[in-house]
Amino acid sequence: MSNLMTKSGLLALLALAILWVPALVRAGDSLLPVVPEAQRRVSEAQGCVEPTADMRRNHMKYLLHHRDETVHEGIRTKRFSLEECIDCHVSSAPDAPRVSSEQHFCNSCHTYAAVNIDCFECHADRPLPDSGKRSMAPITTPDRLQTDVHPVALSSGNDQQLATESINHD
Amino acid sequence: MKQQIQFTEIDGGPRFYSLLGFIGLFVLAGLAAAFYMEHNGHYVTGMTNQIVWGTPHVFAVFLIVAASGALNVASISSVFGRVPYKPLARLSGLLAIALLVGGLMVLVLDLGRPDRLIVAMTKYNFKSIFAWNIFLYTGFMAVVGVYLWMMMERRMNRFTRMSGLFAFIWRLILTTGTGSIFGFLVARQAYDSALMAPMFVIMSFSFGLAIFILVLMAAYKWSDRPLGDAILYRLKNLLGVFIASVLYFVMVYHLTNLYITENHGIERFILLDGGIYTRLFWIVQVLIGSLLPLALLYLPSTGKSRGWIGISCALVILGGLAQMYIIIIGGQAYPLEMFPGKEVSSSFFDGVVNTYTPSLPEVVLGIGGVAIALAAVVVGIRVLRFLPVSLADELVDPHYSTDKAIA
Amino acid sequence: MTDNAQTDTSRRRFLGGAATAAAGLIAPGVLLHKVAQARPADQPVSSAVRWGMLIDTNKCANGCSDCVDACAEQHGLTGHGRPETDAQWIRKVNLRDKQTGYTQTLPLLCQHCEHPPCVDVCPTGASFKRADGIVLVDKHICIGCRYCMMACPYKARSFIHETLEDQLPDTPRGKGTVESCNFCVVRVDEGKQPACVEACTGENHNAMIFGDMNDPASEISRQLKQYNSRQIRADLELNTGVRYRGI
Repeated sequence: MSNLMTKSGLLALLALAILWVPALVRAGDSLLPVVPEAQRRVSEAQGCVEPTADMRRNHMKYLLHHRDETVHEGIRTKRFSLEECIDCHVSSAPDAPRVSSEQHFCNSCHTYAAVNIDCFECHADRPLPDSGKRSMAPITTPDRLQTDVHPVALSSGNDQQLATESINHD
Repeated sequence: MKQQIQFTEIDGGPRFYSLLGFIGLFVLAGLAAAFYMEHNGHYVTGMTNQIVWGTPHVFAVFLIVAASGALNVASISSVFGRVPYKPLARLSGLLAIALLVGGLMVLVLDLGRPDRLIVAMTKYNFKSIFAWNIFLYTGFMAVVGVYLWMMMERRMNRFTRMSGLFAFIWRLILTTGTGSIFGFLVARQAYDSALMAPMFVIMSFSFGLAIFILVLMAAYKWSDRPLGDAILYRLKNLLGVFIASVLYFVMVYHLTNLYITENHGIERFILLDGGIYTRLFWIVQVLIGSLLPLALLYLPSTGKSRGWIGISCALVILGGLAQMYIIIIGGQAYPLEMFPGKEVSSSFFDGVVNTYTPSLPEVVLGIGGVAIALAAVVVGIRVLRFLPVSLADELVDPHYSTDKAIA
Repeated sequence: MTDNAQTDTSRRRFLGGAATAAAGLIAPGVLLHKVAQARPADQPVSSAVRWGMLIDTNKCANGCSDCVDACAEQHGLTGHGRPETDAQWIRKVNLRDKQTGYTQTLPLLCQHCEHPPCVDVCPTGASFKRADGIVLVDKHICIGCRYCMMACPYKARSFIHETLEDQLPDTPRGKGTVESCNFCVVRVDEGKQPACVEACTGENHNAMIFGDMNDPASEISRQLKQYNSRQIRADLELNTGVRYRGI
């Protein structure tokens, strides 16, 4: 009899502990991640190069596949290039959050999902300032301007002007 | 009528736990050193862009080479049919696996990206001897594991010979692969030699047996089991043969290099004016690590004394570590000969002898690997029946007669 | 009939002018043709191209480090005040002949061999040679074993010994991996020259030429054919992509 009571007592304690967890979260905090908005949108309808739901599920596959193509075959298309993701999703302002903080675009979700990423052991976690120039000499080859997406800036200003902007911002 | 050799686990108790605890301290220290090195980056060690492999690699390669050599005793019984060595075969197999695990742990923990071990085990470039070694090392553990099973399970005893032969061939290929890590390097004068692989094989014979004898003597002393002179003297005489063989290979290696004018630089460096490397070579490797143990093992006054045998084994191990240090670090300390006949200088340490000081984290990591190996042996003989109850002469020696017992 | 009267140069001037005009018409086409050859971003590299470098040590000045500085700036190679562990992708080497006393200097970088020992020994295949001859490290699969550093006859590789921050986007590099000169692969893919060559040319030293060794019309091929050049450690028969004049 006492055994059973101890068991049910333990169960009750366990249930109480689980119910307490939300109470431990500070009032006003949501358990879901706060994902910062990107600098630009691809179009009015679609924010990223793929639909958001698709990106959430598969961005790692796209990145992993693309990086092999880039490193081994020299294919430098922009669609799934990590540099381009960072260009769009992370601000180059000096006070913008770095990857060590939870406010960085990548880490906002990754800390929530508790998945370690080590991209930024090597890769820059934010674009270079000064119009995102990435190398010493100005770009001369027209081929570099090739892109399959024409992004639109987020500000609700002149849509028609921005709609024709190319993703290349030198 | 000879009695059957019985195998039992050793007793637990305070002596066992205090030994395990003592070894465990070194294991913990080794793991802490590895974490420190990985977290801060390798700049906290003595390894640089000039000396890229340092003390951890000296220990790791030594342990791996000794691991394959430790299996020799089992091979002598299973492959060459020497009956007196049969009781030792199980301990030999256990020691082989334990030393290999210790060596591999040091190697893996020193990697720049040890978190990418899975990558190393899934992506292979089969032109690299390193890639083959990954298979050889992990396969060795499996092969010896099966070999032990065949020996320890009565119903499988009929497969002992076959699995022993397979393990023997595997371990020869493994040591060849380890020696080829250096033998295949065209860039450096100290390596780039077909002699590296067989020299490593013969080194494994010597180092493995020395460690085996020490472990055997310690295990029997501390578990109060009798260890007869017959088997011990056989082992120590064999060790002498192996020490002499290693000396022969070292001599051939250096004599050949001395004939090749191109390699006079490295020979001068090792044999004459390399400072610490020259001292290590002549005093530690040749004198203390080879000639002195040879004398101690064969002189009648010292060759029959357990204390001196133990000391000789320890000296062989010391000489072996020095030999590894000279090969691995001395080989890197000597500059690359890119411009023969020219004095070279640059901001990247071209043309100068590279300096290296072992740092504490490296040494602790290396010792941690040794500790892991020893801990594995201690736990093994406690948990499973590796150790014969008695290795007294009347059980082991085929030439034993009561006349000797009276005297 | 020769006489001492002033030669009539009007015909010469006409021909000269016509030649200039013709060159002026064709030249932009030649330039455009060169530019248009740069590979499109979605096209993989092929072995039709083999990138190489020719360094004329006669034009290489003692004390000059323009190539080294340009490389460091291009790739964000910040030192940490620890020369033994700081990475160096290209360095100036000073030579002095022991017998004759003759001195010279030259830049030494990854030689981008056709048969690279570093590629042979890499256990994971992270050290690899691209189809167009550039040898580089795939840092995604580099485990940091440093075997390639042992194997390289030119000590071209560096290991990163500390945590890095603020890497440049075009040159990802991180602790625990190995790296070396990659012929500024991102720039080359964009049709530009490596930073060291550009700096050397920009300062008018003109000691370094970079180009396609498979293209007989390229500047490097023509110079390699016309003047004698050597590989460092030619005895190893690695068929390096970097050749030197004057050693």
